[in-house]
Amino acid sequence: MTQIWWAVIGASAMAFLLKFMGYSVPEKYLNNPRALRINTLIPIALLSALVAVQSFSNKSALIIDQRVVGLGVAVLALALKAPFPVVVAGSAIASAITFRFTN
Amino acid sequence: MSKVNRATATASFSVSLTVGLYGVAFGAAGIAAGFSLLQTCLLSLLIFSGASQFAVVGILGAGGSALSAIATASLLGFRNSLYGLRLAPILKLHGWRKVVGAQITIDESTGVALGESDRGEAAMRQGFWLTGIGVYLFWNIFTLVGALGAQALGDPAAWGLDAAVPAAFLALVWPRLLGNFERQLAISAMLLALLLTPFVAAGVPIIATALLAVAFGWKVRR
Repeated sequence: MTQIWWAVIGASAMAFLLKFMGYSVPEKYLNNPRALRINTLIPIALLSALVAVQSFSNKSALIIDQRVVGLGVAVLALALKAPFPVVVAGSAIASAITFRFTN
Repeated sequence: MSKVNRATATASFSVSLTVGLYGVAFGAAGIAAGFSLLQTCLLSLLIFSGASQFAVVGILGAGGSALSAIATASLLGFRNSLYGLRLAPILKLHGWRKVVGAQITIDESTGVALGESDRGEAAMRQGFWLTGIGVYLFWNIFTLVGALGAQALGDPAAWGLDAAVPAAFLALVWPRLLGNFERQLAISAMLLALLLTPFVAAGVPIIATALLAVAFGWKVRR
């Protein structure tokens, strides 16, 4: 079994378990105010970290390449309140063009 | 189920289609990260929670372990537990309906259900089921479309797919960066993850930033 298969099976099982838990676990175990506050912050930290690592690293090396242009376009599109497909496609096009000129 | 309210049905359908279209980006990201067509589609069918799915392909694609991918996806999926908690007294699910209902408990189905609260509990239940099932269908169809498209393209970098994935993450986190407190957390998380990248195994820098969220959330916000 490859890492990918383990991740697919493990993450899928956990995802369902977490969803099912909400309907099965007594409220008092999940409704702690501190836990709720931290729960709203965790996605902010994890998704921001993913943005940074996916934009500026290759394996364990930090690098700057065509992706930084894509990220810049994404930031600009989001600041202008562009819809999701425009953000993603704009970023991809900018990065692809930069890739053609630099490789 | 009583007669479906037109306004509820319209809200459910428009959310389902709009969100479902994002599946194209996920399908392409899965292939770009080295997942097979089957593996990419299984993630959409089984995890069915966008941020968690992007995290799995993002971390494995960067060379991270299955364990760090599972841990990160689970931390991102925990909010679905809280949605279930909120919806349980309204939906009153048992047996197979509880299994199906749990699987479609996501941001969008919860959002529409809660948005229908002015129209009463029956409308909330309709909003939940219509949106959950609608997003499930469109998300999976468009995942397949995106994955097939990416397979046909070849080198992900040549088509900008390597930049599309972080752009998708940024678009997911952007609406949450409402105040300075959230922005400080986001920037701190980016810096910590980059600082750790050269020194620890791939995937670990991501999950490590959950500790920052704990530190930021420990004290009551000013």
